[in-house]
Amino acid sequence: MRYIGKEMSRVDGVAKVTGRAKYAVEYKVNNPAYGYIVQSTVAKGRISKIDTSKAEKLPGVLKILTHQNALKVEEEGRQFRALQSDNVLFCGQPVALVVADTFEQARYAANLVEIEYAKEEPSTDFSATPRVQTRGPAPRGKPAEEFANSPVKIEAEYSIPIEHHNPMEPHGATAFWEGEKLTVFDKSQGVYGVRGHLARSFNIPEGNINVRSLFVGGAFGSSLNVNYYPFLAALAAREVKRPVKLSLTRRQMFTGHGYRPYTAQKVSIGADESGKLRSIIHEASTNTSSYEEFAEGTTRFGRTLYECPNYDSPYYLLKTDLPTPTWMRAPGAVSGAFAIESAIDELAYELKIDPVELRLINYAEKDPETGKPFSSKALRECFTAGAKKFGWEKRKFAPRSMRDGDLFVGWGTAVGTWGAFQAPATAKIRVRNDGSLLVGSGTTDIGPGTYTVCTIIAAEALGIEPKKIEFVLGDTELPKAPSQGGSITTASVGSAVYGAAGEVRRKLLGLVDKKEGSPLFGAAFEDTELVDGMLRLKSDTSKSMRIVDALKEGGVEYVEVEYQSRPSAERQNYTTMAHGAQFVEVKVDESLGIIKATRVVEATACGRIINPLTSHSQEMGGVVWGIGMALHEATEIDHRYGKMMTTNLADYHVPVSADVFSVETDFVEEKDEIVNELGIKGMGELCLVGIPAAIANAVYHATGKRVRDLPITPDKLL
Amino acid sequence: MRPFKYQTASTVKDAVSAASNSEGSKFIAGGTNLVDLMKEDVERPAALIDVSRIDLRQVRSEGDSVVIGAMAKNTDTANHPLVRMNFPLLSQAIFAGASAQIRNMATNGGNLMQRTRCVYFYDTSMPCNKREKGSGCAAKEGLNRMHAIFGWSDGCVAVHPSDMCVALAALDAVVSVEGPGGKTRAIPFSEFHRLPGNDPSRDNTLENGDLITSISIPKNKFAGNSYYLKVRDRASYAFALVSVAAALEIAGGKVKDVRIALGGVAHKPWRAKKGRGVSERKSCDK
Ligand SMILES: Cc1cc2nc3c(=O)[nH]c(=O)nc-3n(C[C@H](O)[C@H](O)[C@H](O)COP(=O)(O)OP(=O)(O)OC[C@H]3O[C@@H](n4cnc5c(N)ncnc54)[C@H](O)[C@@H]3O)c2cc1C
Ligand code: SF4
Repeated sequence: MRYIGKEMSRVDGVAKVTGRAKYAVEYKVNNPAYGYIVQSTVAKGRISKIDTSKAEKLPGVLKILTHQNALKVEEEGRQFRALQSDNVLFCGQPVALVVADTFEQARYAANLVEIEYAKEEPSTDFSATPRVQTRGPAPRGKPAEEFANSPVKIEAEYSIPIEHHNPMEPHGATAFWEGEKLTVFDKSQGVYGVRGHLARSFNIPEGNINVRSLFVGGAFGSSLNVNYYPFLAALAAREVKRPVKLSLTRRQMFTGHGYRPYTAQKVSIGADESGKLRSIIHEASTNTSSYEEFAEGTTRFGRTLYECPNYDSPYYLLKTDLPTPTWMRAPGAVSGAFAIESAIDELAYELKIDPVELRLINYAEKDPETGKPFSSKALRECFTAGAKKFGWEKRKFAPRSMRDGDLFVGWGTAVGTWGAFQAPATAKIRVRNDGSLLVGSGTTDIGPGTYTVCTIIAAEALGIEPKKIEFVLGDTELPKAPSQGGSITTASVGSAVYGAAGEVRRKLLGLVDKKEGSPLFGAAFEDTELVDGMLRLKSDTSKSMRIVDALKEGGVEYVEVEYQSRPSAERQNYTTMAHGAQFVEVKVDESLGIIKATRVVEATACGRIINPLTSHSQEMGGVVWGIGMALHEATEIDHRYGKMMTTNLADYHVPVSADVFSVETDFVEEKDEIVNELGIKGMGELCLVGIPAAIANAVYHATGKRVRDLPITPDKLL
Repeated sequence: MRPFKYQTASTVKDAVSAASNSEGSKFIAGGTNLVDLMKEDVERPAALIDVSRIDLRQVRSEGDSVVIGAMAKNTDTANHPLVRMNFPLLSQAIFAGASAQIRNMATNGGNLMQRTRCVYFYDTSMPCNKREKGSGCAAKEGLNRMHAIFGWSDGCVAVHPSDMCVALAALDAVVSVEGPGGKTRAIPFSEFHRLPGNDPSRDNTLENGDLITSISIPKNKFAGNSYYLKVRDRASYAFALVSVAAALEIAGGKVKDVRIALGGVAHKPWRAKKGRGVSERKSCDK
């Protein structure tokens, strides 16, 4: 491999740091107007009166949309749609949209829209909400009975508050109409989803709509489902007959795009004295809205984690008068792992068995759920490599037994898992006789480095230097690819690019293999490769031809292919997952309750690494995310009003640089020929899954205090 | 935000007279607090009088005190040799606050005048006596993890968020103010901020149109033994859960004087006077 597996800087890095990369509301459009959303100040009830007359009289105000004059759309599932009725479903619901010549005019006018509500009592208090069980897998074995019969038992409850993604770029869109044709620049993880949504909303053909999302300043799941605002931007643009830019403020983002739900969990583990697991009952409840069910499979990943014959994983929803939650980096998995991996640590201390040892005692060699083999699983190797790098063998087992001066030192570990998913994806490649090369797919790059890894894969398969390749994405004019979510992009789109390159080679060969005297006359496709700008025989590399010459020879200006890759049928016979062992050191000042995550080692087995540089950066991002989840992040709600209150970056704490110390990553490469031809699994979510539990476990080791409700703020240690 | 008039003042006289001539006006200095509050529609000044250009940016020695100008930036103040040599406690406290970017903009006058970070104060749809007299206090029975432990009233449980002020309280600073008609006053720091009592709308004892011109700090012998400790939810860029400005004067192995002020616990920086009695004159073993 020439390019795959070698470090390469982001191909879009310079554009990003010089400002050349344009984000959704940065596009220069002619004479734009600006929208500002007015939000409900009550959580439940009806709008009894809405008076826009004062606001309308202000200079610059072009239009005010409310439920009284906005276009009504067909019900689309139970998804929230803005300005459809006088019904108030959550606090912060958009109830009017002001469109004006400038953003400040719109914002000012928004203050003058007068609204009265017929208020009802909201219900957002999770502990007071009845839970409704969702459908899930049947219990494995006899979990309750076996738990009762186990000689060693752990039972504990855990909770995680609502958390928000808080990407750097606020959500927003620029929309304009040219006759019947609509163009929308959106901050999106999937341009096709947005296009379909808009087509159904306006009842126009998808072909009339172009959605673009070329650069995304982080999304983490918050732009995976289509949000309500692109429709509002497009509607406003149609009303005022001008391009409209609509952007949420940081505060509005908290109710504008969903969040990680509140999660309450209970884990019951029964084990033998030897540490062998006999039964796990992992139950979880997460909140949803009153109008839509959002479930994230919090208890699902646990089922494949350990060899344990008896397992139950009931999952409940709590209906609240809050907006619907959504996918947030490692949805379900990280919340579930916090409970399961904390409980396993609690069991280790009950049994006085080293936490790594206990996990290896219960190592699942095959999928305990289905009995299928794993396509690959180098978790044991991750433990070996991670423990070595971390220095785990120097750990003293007892809590409060390691010190650094006045500080208590704690070492904790946890496992992370995430599925190695793949979805159908299409890529196209055009090779021109001037040597230029365009590769494209309608995926998005929300930050992991998709531009870069797809360029690397194309370079490898086409035998052309990466810098000669232009990879384009984020445009519904490009062939269809799945939304960027679930850590599937490199496996899906990368495979499509790889496959398309193979088809390019086939076409090129077709131009020259029938010509007598051509060095590739009669060559078999399987015996050819593209290397250094040449098409050549593998068996005799002296038989070669420059790609541009092949095009000339064939008398064509370019060859172009579109190729769809699909997950292989063979995958069905296996369980395909990625794994990681995560080690954390914390130092705790017990007199002040201050915790520092001073060292993190992540050992990860996620198939082939295409670009170690962007992979490392993904892993670091995951660790920082995990630190935030463990120690800082919480969206607090005042249940009396049903309102999220910590809705800005001063009150919603994400880690700052001073909270992050050493983060080391170690990739244990797996050769996995089953997941896909290139052996790619995902990693962008995996890297975070075990971190909150590992930190909580380290805090226990340091202090002897088991904190089961996140975040572990100083007050919880005092 | 609502439209407002804007004018700059180049002298203290200008500023004070502009303020008395213009109804509903407010001074603006670094703008790091006021602009945020205007965006949230909490502050609705009809006019802004920009005082940041008034030549009150010096830090200088004057007799037995160091005088810091009201318009000096927080960063410049914290870095100034006179401050670092005489009152490292003040430098530490300033650096413990906000972020580098905000400290570069923020002025000393603005820092004293910054308003509480109570989430209900910031949300105009919520009851808040400080923002709207008589509307109630949503925090008292609501989210108040960071609110007052001392000196609160039924009307308001908010805290003053400044770090700098905690050090100034410990150091017995004096705030110089010029008001309408050129009237000047010197307010001891402990009397500058007030407790909420039954009028939480007032954070301090300034009257409308009063401009802070400088803050003077009497020189002392605490420099060798002082420390500002701030406990917060993350390592930087968060308001104090609790903070302590502590200073000792030690001579001949004995504690001669002790100052302790607490931040994040009350509507004003809280001088712990009892602590003083207990520790003073005890011998100390460094
Ligand atoms: C995200 C964030 C985090 C922060 N974190 C901290 C922290 O951890 N610790 C901390 O201490 N501070 C913190 N701050 C607050 C910061 O210190 C203040 O915003 C700053 O000191 C205000 O100064 P300014 O000059 O910008 O004031 P402005 O915003 O210009 O004015 C604030 C108020 O002071 C009045 N005013 C200004 N100058 C004078 C004067 N000379 N005389 C009379 N009135 C005057 C104005 O009328 C206005 O009411 C934070 C701020 C932000 C935005
Ligand atoms: S504590 Fe003070 S600032 Fe906060 S809501 Fe109550 S009155 Fe308002």
